[in-house]
Amino acid sequence: MNSVISMAYLFSAVMFILSLGGLSSHETARRGNVYGMVGMTVAIIATIAGIASGAYLLVGIAMAVGAAIGIHLARKVEMTAMPQLVALLHSFVGLAAVLIGWGGYLDPRVDLEGAAHVIHNSEIYIGVFIGAITLTGSIVAFGKLQGLISGKPLMLPARHWLNLIAILICVVLGAQFITADVSPATIINLLVMTSIALLLGIHLIAAIGGADMPVVISMLNSYSGWAAAATGFMLSNDLLIVIGALVGSSGAILSYIMCRGMNRSFVSVILGGFGSDGGEAAADGEVEGEAVATSHEELADDLNNASSIVIVPGFGMAVAHAQQAVSDLTEKLRKAGKTVRFGIHPVAGRLPGHMNVLLAEANVPYDIVLEMEEINEDFPETDLVLVIGANDTVNPDAVEKPGSPIAGMPVLEVWKAGKVVVLKRSMASGYAGVANPLFYKENSRMLFGDAKDSLQAVLGKLTPA
Amino acid sequence: MIIAIPKETAPGEARVAATPASVKRLQALGFDVVIERGAGEAASFPDAEYEQAGAKLCQDAKECLSGAGIVLKVQAPNDNELDLIPTGATLVAFLKPAQNAELLQKLADRNINALAVESIPRISRAQKMDALSSMANIAGYRAVIEAAHNFGRFFTGQITAAGKIPPAKVLIIGAGVAGLSAIGTAKSMGAVVRAFDTRAEVREQVESMGAEFLTVEIEEEGSGTGGYAKQMSQEFIDAEMALFREQAKEVDIVITTALIPGKPAPKLWLADMVDSMAEGSVVVDLAAEMGGNCDYTVAEERVVKSGVTILGYTNLPSRAATQSSTLYATNLCHLLTDLTPEKNGAIDINFEDEAIRGATVVKEGEITWPPPPPKLSAAPQQAKKPEPQIQVEPKPEKKTSPLSLVAFWAVAGLLLLLLGKSAPADFVAHFTVFVLSIFIGWQVIWNVSHSLHTPLMSVTNAISGIVIIGALLQVGATGSFLVTILAFVAVLVASINIFGGFFVTHRMLKMFRR
Repeated sequence: MNSVISMAYLFSAVMFILSLGGLSSHETARRGNVYGMVGMTVAIIATIAGIASGAYLLVGIAMAVGAAIGIHLARKVEMTAMPQLVALLHSFVGLAAVLIGWGGYLDPRVDLEGAAHVIHNSEIYIGVFIGAITLTGSIVAFGKLQGLISGKPLMLPARHWLNLIAILICVVLGAQFITADVSPATIINLLVMTSIALLLGIHLIAAIGGADMPVVISMLNSYSGWAAAATGFMLSNDLLIVIGALVGSSGAILSYIMCRGMNRSFVSVILGGFGSDGGEAAADGEVEGEAVATSHEELADDLNNASSIVIVPGFGMAVAHAQQAVSDLTEKLRKAGKTVRFGIHPVAGRLPGHMNVLLAEANVPYDIVLEMEEINEDFPETDLVLVIGANDTVNPDAVEKPGSPIAGMPVLEVWKAGKVVVLKRSMASGYAGVANPLFYKENSRMLFGDAKDSLQAVLGKLTPA
Repeated sequence: MIIAIPKETAPGEARVAATPASVKRLQALGFDVVIERGAGEAASFPDAEYEQAGAKLCQDAKECLSGAGIVLKVQAPNDNELDLIPTGATLVAFLKPAQNAELLQKLADRNINALAVESIPRISRAQKMDALSSMANIAGYRAVIEAAHNFGRFFTGQITAAGKIPPAKVLIIGAGVAGLSAIGTAKSMGAVVRAFDTRAEVREQVESMGAEFLTVEIEEEGSGTGGYAKQMSQEFIDAEMALFREQAKEVDIVITTALIPGKPAPKLWLADMVDSMAEGSVVVDLAAEMGGNCDYTVAEERVVKSGVTILGYTNLPSRAATQSSTLYATNLCHLLTDLTPEKNGAIDINFEDEAIRGATVVKEGEITWPPPPPKLSAAPQQAKKPEPQIQVEPKPEKKTSPLSLVAFWAVAGLLLLLLGKSAPADFVAHFTVFVLSIFIGWQVIWNVSHSLHTPLMSVTNAISGIVIIGALLQVGATGSFLVTILAFVAVLVASINIFGGFFVTHRMLKMFRR
């Protein structure tokens, strides 16, 4: 029987790898998701078949309630709120890992000696530690994204020292814990460590600004994977180890891609606070000149006259829920025979790939939605660029001003196009707090107001195709 | 307040200061518009269209101007017109304040406020009202058209059954707005275009229009303040002349656009250069009004000297009256928008506004020309220290030396050995699976399309719900009530993850379509 279960697990592991592999292209992505579901179903059925019969009812109740909640969340969530949902789901994995770690520790059946005992305890300890950080970190990230807590980085004095001390305490406690047998003292030890890890998770993520959320989310994604892997070690379950490693490396790669998109080191993001140290003061970013406002009529005229148009969306598009208006505009312009494409910065939005999902939701065909590297060369041949709620990702200072806090960050070089119209609520600066000289360039025009309302007004003024 | 648009009276002036479209925009600012009958006729805007746009038609200039609060014109008013403008009104037109001191005095005496559109400063913000540039654009275009009209050959080169046609060679002197526009027009007609300018900074603009930039090898910068050219030294001029003499033998068409503000136009295309040009060549002198860049230029006339046609038409924009009226009217609309910030039909000549300050030449009986120099120049100012090189140093490529690579793997291997020595066989097997899985994950994830990163996150979220297995193994199997409770909750939250994650991924992927 054991071998049968192991083979089922092997099958599931293959399914999960195929599932992630399927995401390499849009054509195979949906099949990939189905592979994932099949893998999960097989794994769960195989496991349930092996457990004690008395637990079926409990499992059934727990899974039914969980499924109802999960499907309800997934059905209800707006695409603009995807980052929050993902953060919330991470916290569940963290919670489960903590609970299973505790369960494994309190499991009276376990009776190990020597090295095996030490390793088992280390696995529990590490699993609970990572799980607890993932749990509270994700909840804080969720709160920031949902606007429940301020997006500003929390800057406690000597915060790096606080983190270091917390980790040191955990290491010391861990050294005592792994060799000890189950006793009230070691239970308190594990409790203290869990509390410290929970606080550490809060503090780590609270110190990271809202703009760095894409990195945070992918980092937490990675953590949840490692937590699952640690659980797998504890239970000697290869399937958990495989999945944990897959998810862990997936999150790590996404974090790396996001950091590269902002030209920042992973460590500096984790340690938090944008521009808090290094770089010239942002006050230096005073820009000469004046931004010129434009009107709905003029923008409609510009669109009528342009033959090649690039739209650069940012977080502002998500805030204004303007994706549908953007899509309508795109469709109308494409019907009029114009080339319309989208340029997406890797860190646009609050989640890796967030903009793509929003545009897909609004039925924008994905083959006109391009990455930064694919479109940056084309800006000089573009007549008109519409920047919708993006700011730091189109800041020329990143390329032109070595002293700027965002210097070296790859940006969409929209200012090379014939004309740039920026849809924005006000002249306020973006998350990086840096002034944006793009707005003052001679070929830039500002269209102030809510992006959705503005686009709908412009849409009404376009000449019918 | 009433805006009056009288018919232009200057001979040969076909433009008009408002179009039916601009009349609508002016009304939106709270003004009433009256227009003299026939004002737009020469620019192909019939009276009926103005009426339809909401303007009131007047029989003659007298009726039109009688109640006017603002008078929009193209050319400066003559004495008759001036007398008709009511005291206290505001006049907007090309007033040539540098040459028209007398007119300014009269306006001041009659207490008429005056805004001269050509003195709007050339700052970025005021570009939308820069009528001088709009007109120069048309003048440059029209100069090429006039040249083509008087030139006996094609612009573009062709090879036909009837023989080979060489392309026309066009030299454009002065790459301001008019010059650049002429370059673009001539180029699009197929000519070989060269351009000369004393300002080295315009090279890029000239080349972007597709012309060859000619220059003399002398260190001198020709940029004055406010984006205009300044007068050059004798040495420079000599070198320039030598270049022109050389060019004169080659080119078929010369378009000169060199002007220095407030000074007579510099003589650049001298008599001997014209004489050395081929029979049938054409010179268009856009500086004719200021005395001309060419020795032979006669203002308003077409003259032929030693077989070369020299055109000295002064009002080229008027020869494309529909287009120039449209642009001019739009420029005036922008100016009036800035003058009426409240959009209530009452203007405020606000001297805090640099553009308005620059344009105003008479205010409340005072002559306010010349304005203080503009604070900002559209062209880079030389006084400033040169901009630091904007190229960001490319980061040195991270190359791992073979030595450190060996060291890394040696340490890693040693650690693995140590682990293997103390760990039980069971652990080693799991560890193998773990490390290999990380590598598989690494390979698979890099292939994931950028645009699918959000679905990737949600699907990894769902599959990390696999921790449910751990909880399933604990539920009810351990005999400990506490563990069962913990495992029960873990199964519940992990199920949320599994179902929620897969479902939302499915929802997202369904949306992606080609």
